[in-house]
Amino acid sequence: MTAIAQGQGVARRKRAGSLSRVQLQAKRQELITALIVTGVAVFILAVYLMPMGYAFVTSLKTKAQTSAINSPILPSSPRQFAYEGENYDIVFVPQEDGTIEEWALVQPRRRGASDFIDIDNPEAGIIKWEGNWRTLEKAWEPNIQWSNYPDAWNFINFARLLGNTLLYAFITMIGMVSASALTAYGFARFRFPGKNILFILVISTLILPPQVTDLPKYAFFVNVLDWGGTWWPLIVPAFFGHAYHVFLLRQYFMTIPREMEEAASIDGAGPFTAFLKVILPQAIPALTASALFHFFYAWNDYFGPLIYLAGNREAQPISIGLAEFNGLYSTEPQLILAASIITIVLPLAIFFFAQRIFVQGIVITGVDK
Amino acid sequence: MDMVSALSEARKERFAWAGFTPARRREALYGFLFISPWLIGFLIFYLFPMIASIIFSFMSFELSKPDEAMFIGLTNWTLLFDDSTLIQSLQVTFVFAIISLPIGLISAFLLAVLLNSSQLMGRNLFRTLFYAPTMIPLIASVLIWAQVLNPSDGWVNRAIEVFGFDARGTDGLRWLNDPSRPGLVWIAYTFIGLWGIGNAMLINLSALQGVPSDLYDSARVDGATWWRRLLAITVPMVSPVIFYNLVLGVIGLLQYFIVPWVLTGGSGDPNGYTMFYMVHFFKQGFIFQKMGYGATLAWLMFFIALVITIFLFVTARYWVFYSGELDS
Repeated sequence: MTAIAQGQGVARRKRAGSLSRVQLQAKRQELITALIVTGVAVFILAVYLMPMGYAFVTSLKTKAQTSAINSPILPSSPRQFAYEGENYDIVFVPQEDGTIEEWALVQPRRRGASDFIDIDNPEAGIIKWEGNWRTLEKAWEPNIQWSNYPDAWNFINFARLLGNTLLYAFITMIGMVSASALTAYGFARFRFPGKNILFILVISTLILPPQVTDLPKYAFFVNVLDWGGTWWPLIVPAFFGHAYHVFLLRQYFMTIPREMEEAASIDGAGPFTAFLKVILPQAIPALTASALFHFFYAWNDYFGPLIYLAGNREAQPISIGLAEFNGLYSTEPQLILAASIITIVLPLAIFFFAQRIFVQGIVITGVDK
Repeated sequence: MDMVSALSEARKERFAWAGFTPARRREALYGFLFISPWLIGFLIFYLFPMIASIIFSFMSFELSKPDEAMFIGLTNWTLLFDDSTLIQSLQVTFVFAIISLPIGLISAFLLAVLLNSSQLMGRNLFRTLFYAPTMIPLIASVLIWAQVLNPSDGWVNRAIEVFGFDARGTDGLRWLNDPSRPGLVWIAYTFIGLWGIGNAMLINLSALQGVPSDLYDSARVDGATWWRRLLAITVPMVSPVIFYNLVLGVIGLLQYFIVPWVLTGGSGDPNGYTMFYMVHFFKQGFIFQKMGYGATLAWLMFFIALVITIFLFVTARYWVFYSGELDS
């Protein structure tokens, strides 16, 4: 490739002047580097996303193919031949003259000759073939099982899981964003005694391992309030906000000029009115980011539902349902993968549409700390 | 950095409530009113549970038998030394951290370098696609990886066979449950973890975008190679972000739970290699419902995280480069 490029370079050099010759060469060099860098990126991406490809391909296979040894990579099923009202698998049978014939395996026998039918000449009747039929390679034909998706949807009862998850995600999202926004505004705009110490506490809760509070919270929710098996322990805490969102929103509120609220207060608006009418409309990008982050958190949340919804299958969200499905249907990988892909679609779709908001939010919370 | 300035501000703070003008008092009142959701939540869901958790750690308290709860002094704490599963779980967690953290951090950094390269065509598309796996719900990515790593049909073993190794045979690579190959399951879990490096990658990327390009220009004039520029300019300039990701990664690994739990149900298979610290804690606290010993394990985790974090911050002076230091 470099030799060709050099060859072309020589040809061009004859035509172009000396200055543009250098420029041209630099440009060509740049293009080659760009192609190499992009090629490397494509290769790494292909390796990185390879499991997705496997999941998709396998989710379209038959159950028989997923357990068959040496089956094709793509969704297929054994090619069959109908003979006297029965279907038989077609296999490749090596002949004495070195050629390979496609025969249907009618009667496999462990010892002695098995019975075959020549599919090009069924009238010839049963052919005996000495040798182990297990060594014969099967003929496969493409067979895409789209029905795995509706099957997985029904087996896992996805409609119920989705309903639970969406309800849980939306209710807690409202609580989380409004409580965090109020708190963030308090920290962003007001002077009050102990403010800095309190803000340090906000940040500290981010670093604190949740395990040190998990057991007493569990004992309190389950033993004292008798909320075991209900959503309450998952929903109620969201209405008190979370440090992550407080931090994200505070950083954003601080960038909004104070003049806007001052103008509102001259017009007689109190702090709550200013917050609702001036700040919130200005902060829609940050509020959206915060809402999205929480939505994804809730969509993924596994630990909370695992401990609090134990024993209440009706209330399960997707994460728990999917993990349980994996245990129950471990012999049907095609259904597990179909169910996994169904679960992925909505989060990925939201991400592709809202990625800009996302990326900004991650960078704000990640770098400014 | 915000944390540091807040600390110094807090030191200066005077409780001058009495000297406040009515307007300042009103402002303070509104401030407390606005932060009250978080403040109340902090008391209910952080402060009180933390105090209770400390108290639990000195108690014998099984959730099913609350009447039999009683104080037992330091017994839970001395029990830690006789808990062989705890020792095992610490070993597993640290060995896994040593394997998976460098791989994760370096991958995130190198991917960011690639995605920041001006020679890369279609940069935004690549950024989106490389980030996408991070958006996949963790349970789904665990299940997908479990299948792609399956010994007979999985594409990982098929790919290895292309290079001439017998990965799918009887003595093939059973990534997730091979008791005779220590470490294999950790490598598999590290793979799963690579689908979660998107945030670390993005933060690296935004740091890379902040490196002044004249640094590279002058290095190029001096004849520095790409590799030299990477080590001498890029790595130091991005080191605060690598440090941040390292601290987050260490804390996250102490709490590593969902992957082993979904794949093994807490059995520790194969051969105890997946008995992570958090799995042990979860079984003691939530399965056996031993509130006392569970709380002790939680606090031990807290202290370990604290010690490691302090250790990292101390060593950071020697390898993390804050460009702000240039100004002073």
